[in-house]
Order: sequence, then structure tokens, then C-alpha cells
Amino acid sequence: MIFTIKDLLSIIPELIIAGSACVLLLVDLLISKERKACMAVLSILSVIAAGVASYWLLGADFMGAKSFAGMFELDGFSTFFKFVFYTATVLSILLSFHYVKEEDINLGEYYVLMLFSLSGMMVLASGADLLSIYVGLELMSLPIYVLAGFLQNDVRSNEGAMKYVILGAFSSGILLYGISMVYGLTGTTELSGVAAALSDSSVHVPALSIAIVMMVAGFAFKVAGVPFHMWAPDAYEGAPTPITGFMSAGPKAAAFAVMLRVFMEGLQPAYEQWMVMVGVVAVASMAYGNFVAISQKNIKRMLAYSSIGHAGYALLGVMAGTEEGIASVMFYMAVYVFMNLGAFGIIIMMRKGGQRGELIEEYTGLARSHRGVALLMLIFLFSLAGIPPTAGFMGKFYIFMALIHRGMVGLAIFAVLMSAVAAYFYIRIVMLMYMREPAGEFEFARSKGIYYALFITTVGTVLLGICPGYLVKLAEMASVIM
Amino acid sequence: MAEKFFFLMFAVVAVGSALAVISLKNPVHSALSLIACLLQVAAIFVLLRSPFLAVVQVFIYVGAVMVLFLFVVLVLNIKKAQLETFPKGRRWFAYAIVPVVGIEFLAVIFGKSFTATGYEAAVEEVKVATLGRALFTEYLFPFEVVSILLLAAMVGAIIMAKKRWD
Amino acid sequence: MLLSYLPVLMMIGFVTFLGVAVLFVSSLLRPQNPYGSKLSPWECGMEPVGDADIGHFRVHFFIIAILFIIFDVETLFLFPWAVILADKSISTLAFIEMFIFIGILAVGLIYAWGKGALDWL
Repeated sequence: MIFTIKDLLSIIPELIIAGSACVLLLVDLLISKERKACMAVLSILSVIAAGVASYWLLGADFMGAKSFAGMFELDGFSTFFKFVFYTATVLSILLSFHYVKEEDINLGEYYVLMLFSLSGMMVLASGADLLSIYVGLELMSLPIYVLAGFLQNDVRSNEGAMKYVILGAFSSGILLYGISMVYGLTGTTELSGVAAALSDSSVHVPALSIAIVMMVAGFAFKVAGVPFHMWAPDAYEGAPTPITGFMSAGPKAAAFAVMLRVFMEGLQPAYEQWMVMVGVVAVASMAYGNFVAISQKNIKRMLAYSSIGHAGYALLGVMAGTEEGIASVMFYMAVYVFMNLGAFGIIIMMRKGGQRGELIEEYTGLARSHRGVALLMLIFLFSLAGIPPTAGFMGKFYIFMALIHRGMVGLAIFAVLMSAVAAYFYIRIVMLMYMREPAGEFEFARSKGIYYALFITTVGTVLLGICPGYLVKLAEMASVIM
Repeated sequence: MAEKFFFLMFAVVAVGSALAVISLKNPVHSALSLIACLLQVAAIFVLLRSPFLAVVQVFIYVGAVMVLFLFVVLVLNIKKAQLETFPKGRRWFAYAIVPVVGIEFLAVIFGKSFTATGYEAAVEEVKVATLGRALFTEYLFPFEVVSILLLAAMVGAIIMAKKRWD
Repeated sequence: MLLSYLPVLMMIGFVTFLGVAVLFVSSLLRPQNPYGSKLSPWECGMEPVGDADIGHFRVHFFIIAILFIIFDVETLFLFPWAVILADKSISTLAFIEMFIFIGILAVGLIYAWGKGALDWL
């Protein structure tokens, strides 16, 4: 078996990202500490280059084909997710410019690790074999563990990273165990081969259920679904804020991409079995995440619980098990990148000097003196709560529609009720901003990077709320993975 | 027959040393028991006709991972760690869960669910060349991703420790 | 075929036996007379202060250990590679692939070097 040039061409975006990460690692040795910002610019440029390459590949004649002996699949589904990752990475880097100086973590490795993680996500989204999926998963997670603990002098950062790495390693082990059992039962790790083997009902033995339980558990760890969410609040609170945003947008979307791929493509014949387990995790996540978020005082922690809740909604889309469900999850992830990173952008803006911008109280009366900032925060929070006409509403809407078309009306009603609970804690912040008098003066981190990021996220959040049609159509076109 | 004898010998020592890992108070003793356990597993790999896995076991686990374990033990305050082996109040949890998991596994193993697909155990030794051929043709892509993964791990490890010794 | 591993096992068994036996026999023969000042750590005639086993461990050792593990894993991949190099049909391909692999890790080595992770002092 000799590889063709097409195999190589189909991984050009991955090569660009991984290659530029390697080059930047060496370039970083030559750059003085004052000029690390150019590392960020170079990282953004390489992500854009990868984006151009991905776009170019959309028109290639080997689009939809597998390469490297069935290890890697270049299709619309993976390309859609790759653009979600590109957006999340670029936005997070833009948000980092100022923050890294403020926290004195202005190191080139910060960006290099983000690029490594991005390459892992891309491998993950394109993985057509459980083996390449596993390797991609590790490549995605490892740099994130390090980035979560990047604030070395902050005890919370160390604690969060520690919990994240231990539970992450544990979940990888569980996932790997599940994968090995699937391999033992089907004799292959290739997803299409697994699906073919599972269509024979004699393979549906108790061991398969155990394997599926382990795989659901492993992936639920990555998307922070209850009861595998324990790392999320501490890791989100402790990590540098741009990284928190990155974690909640990129790796989460990647985990959903791989979950859709594995369950819808590989384990489709065992739908009845995994559907129940995914459903349990989804319901538990929505209930737990949204109720616990109410009592949080730290806004990063609150957003961590809210992201657990959001994972619950997206899991409902996975559970629907239809192409419509897949498309709704894809759209939701794209929307989530904009609205969540937007909210984190405001938090980063509030981080200036002695003002940490992490306590919800600190936002009291923001609207009195700074209308613009408060308005942006209002948009992002409304979107996270799912209030029309924002993008968050459309995201939830498509998931609920997919559920209803599948006949799961009860679940859809439960999810709507949980959104009502969620609206409480998002709107509480809006109330604080608009209805109270400020306690003191506000200071803002002013940087072009934050402005650009906020501009992109605002446009994304508003535009996808008003006219989601184009992106939904793209997602529907790309959702054919079964 | 002889094979069964050797398997039982390795398995008994492996289980025994694994029990020692969790029951010994001194972390260094636990680590050494773990080495013994991993060596037995390597021997079982040889019995399963996978000499390469046996080498991996000795190389990576006994050689490298255990070094790290012992490093961690050195960084830890051993005397304090001795006192706090396992919180006493939580033990009932472990006692409750171990039999459940044990019965579950026994049920699965003896419930014929693993033999559903009728795979037969390999009698031929898995040649390293076979592995190599698979690794450099079929599994090339994950193999190259592993190199990026190792690089990322290296960068991560250095950056985590860097500032502290500056 | 498995018999070829038997000498290894016998060797391990013999070495273990010898180690235990030597310790056991010497414990029978040696005089046993422990007393307080003989068991106390020698610290230039002063009373020992604090513990010797905590807080005197440089993080630097950790870096070296991690680098060791990473290159250990790399060496492991060299085994199956070396074996198939004799196979003409894929040897060129495998050769290139392995050098890409080593090249990527060499980037890491240069980085570690440039960062001063390999300096001892």
C-alpha cells in the first residue's frame, strides 16, 4: 500500500497548523519577551492559512473520500467543524493579546500550545478510525491541561489544571477500554467497519453494552456532561480567561464532532443502546448545570455550569439520532462559539489592574456608565439564555425541532423548562448591570484584539439569530455522515 | 499444561503484588511492588505471544513511568503520605463497589458474551515485522500524529516547570 | 517457541533467589547491636534539623525524567521500524516516515535546548 498525493493533500490544513506550531516553537526562542505579540499574529495567520486550505479542499475532487488507509476522512462534516475550531482559536488568540500581559504569562508557548490543541481537534473531527480519534483526542487535551494551569502563581489555576489532567487521563483510560472492547467484538477499529460488523445482531451481547457505557462516559467527560463534569467548574475558574473561553468553545465542539461521528457512523446499529445513556447524561446535565449555576458568585464558574447545561442541550441533538439532529448540534456549536467567547471577551475586558472582573457583583451598575459594554454583555447573555432574536435561541430551536420530529416531545418540554431556569441566572446579571447603581469606577482593558473579537462575536451572535438560514443549510448539507 | 502453570504463577504474583501496591503504607514500597506487578504482566504478554508488548511493558512502564512515580514519591512528603493512606470513613464505598464490579466482570467473562464473534486466540507469535508493517502503512497517520503529541507533551512539561527554576 | 524465553525466566528466578539468599544469610551471620547514636543521621556532630526527605528536590530532575520518557517512547517505535527496513517494498517509505517522526521530535529537542532545560546548573 503506497500513499498517493491525494492522501497528503487532504491533510493540508492539519499540516499547516502542526507545521506552523513546530516552526513557531523555534521562532519563539529568537523573539524577545516584549515582542511576543508577533507570535500571536503569526498564529492567527497560520490559522487563516489553514482556513483557506480547508476552503480550497471543499472544491477538490477527493472531497468525501477517506485517506491514509481509512484513518482520515475529509468531508463536509469535518470541514464545518474545522471552521468552528478556526473561529474559536482566532477569537481566543485575539482575546489573549492583552490578557497575557496583564497576568504576566506573555510566553510564546501559550500560542503554540493552542495551535497544537487545534491540530488535535482537527484530527478528531476528521478521524474515521477509533485509533486516529483517540490520538487526536489526546493531542487536543494535553495542551489544554497545560494551558489551564498556565497561571503558575495562582493556586486556583494549579488546582483546576490538576483536577483536569487527572480526570482527563482517567476518562481517556475509560474511553480506550471501551474502544478496545469494540475492537474485540467487531475485529476492526474503522468506524464503517464497526458499523458493518454491528449490523449483525449476534454481536449485540452484554459486552457491547459495557463498551458503549465506557465510550459514552469517556466522551461525556470531554463535553463535561453530568455526572462526568466534576473537573469543569474548577478548571474553568482557574484557567486564564481566554483559555476558559477556548476550552468551552473549541474542545467542546470537537468532542461533539467525534461523538456524532462515532455514535452516528460507527455505533448506529446499536442506537437503542447508546440513545438511552446519552439521554440520561443530557437530562442530568441540563438539570444539574442550570440549577447549580444559580448559586454561583464567580462569573467564570457560573459560565462553567452554564456550559454543562449547554452540553446537555447539545447532547439531546446527538440523542435524536437523525440527520436533522446532527445538523442542529453542528449549528449549536457554531453559535456557542460566538456567544460564549463574546461573554468571555467582556470578562477579559473587565480584567484590569486590581479589578478581576470575575465576581458577578463587579458588574453592578455597569450600564450606568458604560452603555456599550453593558449592551454587548446583554446580547451575549440573552443569547446564552436562548432569548429571541439572538443566535442562542435559534440554536436551541433547531435542537428542539429535531427532538419533536423524532417524537421525543417530553424531552423537548423538559429542555424548554430548563432554559427557563437558565434564563434566571443570565438575566440576574443583566438586572445587576441595568437596575443598580455602580459601587465604584470601572476600568477596562483596552486592546485592539479584544475589540476585533467582540466585533466578530457580536456580529455572529446577532446575525445568526436574525438570519440563520445560510449556516443551517450548510450544516444540513454537511450532516450526512451515516 | 506447562503454559497454564506459568500463567498461573505470573498471574498469582501479579495479583499479589498489585494488592501490595494498594495495601503497603510506604509509597516507595508500593512503587516497587508495582514494578514487580508490571514485570509479571510483561511475562504474561510473552505467554500470549506478543513479545513486542512485553518489551513495551518493560521499557515504558517499568523503565520510564516508574521513574516518574518514584520522582513523585520523592517530591511528596513521605511521612505525611504514610499517615494519610486512605481516608478511613470512605472505605465502605470501596468495599461496596469492588464486589459489584467483580461480579459484573465475572458475569461478562463467563457469560459467553466475549466469545460471540468466535475469535480464536492467536497461536502464532505476533512478529515485530508484522507490527512494523502495519504501523508504517495502515496506521501511518496516527503514528505521525503521535510524534506531534509527544512534542506537545514535551513543550507542556518544560513550560510547566520552566518558570519555577528561573 | 515459548521455550526460548525459559532461560530469561530462569535467570530472573536465579537472580531473585540469590539476592534474597545473600540478605538472609548475612542477617544470620552479622552481629546485631543497634543503639540510638548509631542510628541517628550524621550531621557534623550537630543535632539533625528537620527532615531530609522533603523540599530538597529540584524540579529540574522532573524535566529530565519527562524528556527521558518521551525519547524512550520514540526509541520504542524504532524497533518495528528497524525490523521492516529489510523489506524492499516499503523500506523507502518507512525510512522517510521515521525521519519525519524523528524530525518533529528533534524540534522538541532544539526547543528544550534553547530554553535551557538541558543545562545542569
